[in-house]
Amino acid sequence: MDAETVRRLEEIFPKERLLFGKADRHSYSFDASFGEYLPEGVVQPETEEEISRLLRLANEHGIPICPRGAATSLSGGPLPVKGGLVLDMSRLRQKLEIDRENLLAVVSPGIITGDIHRAAEEAGLFYPPDPSSSLVSTIGGNLLENSSGPRGLKYGTTKEYVIGLRAVAPTGEIFRTGGKTVKNVTGYDLTRLIVGSEGTLAVVTEATLRLIPKPPARETLLAAFPKLIDSGHAITAMLTSGILPAAMEMMDNACVRAVEAYQSCGLPLDAEAVVIVEVDGHPAAVKEEIARCAEICRERGAQRVTVAADAAERDAIWRARKMISPAITRMGPTKISEDATVPRGRIPDMMEALVRIREKHRLNLVVFGHAGDGNLHPNIITDQRNREEMKRVEAAVEEIFDAAIALGGTLSGEHGIGLMKAPFMERELGPEGLRMMRLIKQAWDPNNILNPGKIFPEPGQTRLVLTES
Amino acid sequence: MTLPAPSTASTAVHRLRAEAREAANRCIQCGYCLPVCPTYHSMGKETHSPRGRINLVKAAADGKIDLLDDMAPSLDLCLGCRACETACPVGVPYGQILEAGRAATVRETAARGRSAGRLQTLALKHLFPHPGRLRAAGRLVEAAQRLRLDRLVFAFPPAREAAPALTALGRIVPSVEGRFRLPPGTRLPAEGEKKRTVAFFQGCVMDAVMPRINWLTVELLRKAGCEVVIPAGQTCCGALHVHQGLPEAAAELVKRNLDAFEETGAEWIVNNAGGCGAMLRECGHVLADAGGGWPERAAAFAARSRDISQVLVETGLPPLVKRPEGLVTLQESCHLRNVQKAAEAPVKLLRETAGDRFRALSGASDCCASGGIFNLLHFEESMAILDAKMASVRQTAAVTVVTSNPGCHLQMRLGIRRAGLEDRCRAVHLVEYLAECAGLTAER
Repeated sequence: MDAETVRRLEEIFPKERLLFGKADRHSYSFDASFGEYLPEGVVQPETEEEISRLLRLANEHGIPICPRGAATSLSGGPLPVKGGLVLDMSRLRQKLEIDRENLLAVVSPGIITGDIHRAAEEAGLFYPPDPSSSLVSTIGGNLLENSSGPRGLKYGTTKEYVIGLRAVAPTGEIFRTGGKTVKNVTGYDLTRLIVGSEGTLAVVTEATLRLIPKPPARETLLAAFPKLIDSGHAITAMLTSGILPAAMEMMDNACVRAVEAYQSCGLPLDAEAVVIVEVDGHPAAVKEEIARCAEICRERGAQRVTVAADAAERDAIWRARKMISPAITRMGPTKISEDATVPRGRIPDMMEALVRIREKHRLNLVVFGHAGDGNLHPNIITDQRNREEMKRVEAAVEEIFDAAIALGGTLSGEHGIGLMKAPFMERELGPEGLRMMRLIKQAWDPNNILNPGKIFPEPGQTRLVLTES
Repeated sequence: MTLPAPSTASTAVHRLRAEAREAANRCIQCGYCLPVCPTYHSMGKETHSPRGRINLVKAAADGKIDLLDDMAPSLDLCLGCRACETACPVGVPYGQILEAGRAATVRETAARGRSAGRLQTLALKHLFPHPGRLRAAGRLVEAAQRLRLDRLVFAFPPAREAAPALTALGRIVPSVEGRFRLPPGTRLPAEGEKKRTVAFFQGCVMDAVMPRINWLTVELLRKAGCEVVIPAGQTCCGALHVHQGLPEAAAELVKRNLDAFEETGAEWIVNNAGGCGAMLRECGHVLADAGGGWPERAAAFAARSRDISQVLVETGLPPLVKRPEGLVTLQESCHLRNVQKAAEAPVKLLRETAGDRFRALSGASDCCASGGIFNLLHFEESMAILDAKMASVRQTAAVTVVTSNPGCHLQMRLGIRRAGLEDRCRAVHLVEYLAECAGLTAER
């Protein structure tokens, strides 16, 4: 970074919030995905005004700016792939207001999502989106990646809960979108355009979130299926039975074995698939609904169905689900985590496709995920030092994307496109669909300074590359 | 990408690679450790988080950054509370990575002919391993306190480096009461029917500075039906040495303790300092490559090590004669929770004795930033964390703050003073509190 730029930055930020040391730069060079890029520096704004001045400067000098929350991204969202500055948003956490009268929360982007859950619940309200990293990740990161977690099936995804934003444009202007009303058709819906834009269109400095009354009761069951295909049919049958579960999760045999080997949760080792179903609502209604779901599971071949008798048993069931990620990580040093999503009626087809891909490429491919909304998480456990195997991983990941698209699905349900999936955008959207997106990006960010290198493929980039040639 | 270490890398870098690279590789960078890290909170930088530190160790081991200029300052500011290990979903052995990183720092410092912190070296090499000298120092402090000569200490250059910290801590060191010092090499009978034989680990700081708490510990054990052996020849546990990157020095101390305690044949080896207890549990780490039967002996020793609170939960408390006056709260020992995994034991004893007068402290499991001698070496950073904690203490309205480690004990005394709560609040060791409940008068 040249001396003149540094001097201009020092006019905006005090020295202790401008980091250029080697240790600091390395500390902001990674996230939870596969990739490491060294920024030229890190800035830690505390106000919207500072961000506006920074973006004006960056726009003028062509400095890439990469917004970052808690860096839990699985798609490379905050990585400074084109160098420049990492914009550490974690210090913008002044505001967490619950508005009971209007069922709203107004929050700063650096607030941890789990803290919003807690504050809402203390007011008898509920913020449904719950990505598995919610105890760590910031709401800003969740909104920009539109990550949602297991409750999407009944409650919808993060974007359904964001009704207003304050933001800074890549050219430095501060603007508002939406407002405090649930209904709002005044002009283009810029709120939804920014949510899920992966930090490429604007820097969010405040969000207004919709809350709903907290459901008074929940019931949870765990069903073990000796045959994978039966679990798929049971899921479809439950979803067409008139019941809308709050969550419906599945894990395959490899996950079951990994969890049991890591921290036994009493899952049957011979089950090809385990399904968790949770319903919430009126206490009388949920009792009836969970009984009906248990019946459907048994009719479709479940060998064992356990309905949680109390909160402790429910927690034990969810603990098994939460154990999957850490448990499978122990099977190898490198984990490639995907989130291709298909229409829920095609879940059995997607599961079959994944089994085929695993066998064809002889990989340790395990599957779990939010079966209810078609958002599966195929994970490949490998070792990036094994170049020959990494080549097979590249091929397998491409086939996973192709399979999802062929089934009418999408590349990403909630992790975001980021780096790795960018080469496949055209396969899903077609050249014209992708061009319409590019036109928006070019109009908002003419000098391409805001999180460059994400979402859009570089010219000629059509393949996944995980190994250095 | 794991690259071969550059051929120009120093011996210290190669050794760091061998000792920590594989362990560091287990980190999946999920960030679950961030919310529980006290220095990430207080300093607000990834560089001072567990995930950041593990990444820096990796980068230094791979030769991407300099061991001393880039990696060491971040590790230096780690409290070593190990809350990140409890939060980690994949079991990354952070303590092992940290210790390897610090040992590499010490080796590289020596190799480059730089000088290490003088105060640190002085205390670790010439004070803590020598019970006699520590006791003499304790007596010196005692005499200085009586004669009000404390400030003379600061004429001494290494002490001047840490003057603000020493001044602050000097004010809150409890008066040393030498008459309570336990004679080494004795066996004290149980009161009433003997249920067990236990050996008591005195600890260097506890013995020198807080002998009264040690004496009360033994009395409580005897009242609870334990015969107590105090083996001669025991010494400092070595925790401070390991934390400062001197595993070889720690290994020598551990060997001396193994020799001293094995002869007693006691069922349990009881300590009253969370930090020492953690080291006793992990003493095998520094002897892993020692051979000669040492690793096995260390494992057997570690398995018998217990915190006083665990022992009293097991044996049952002596009859209670008095309920505490006013509300009681607990600031946990990080090493009791995160390393010894025994956080519930003190809570159980407090609930049993104080009943509804026990108030849980919000953030009780967050480190108080005593961190061994962290508060001495990084006074300002430590006080920022402590002052935030005192706000929570104030909220409990407790008049008694219970601790279970000497470092935490002194730090809480300091916190109470800084918060201006001296007139309505006191910090006590769990043992002092329980002794009061059991009607043990601290007189002999």
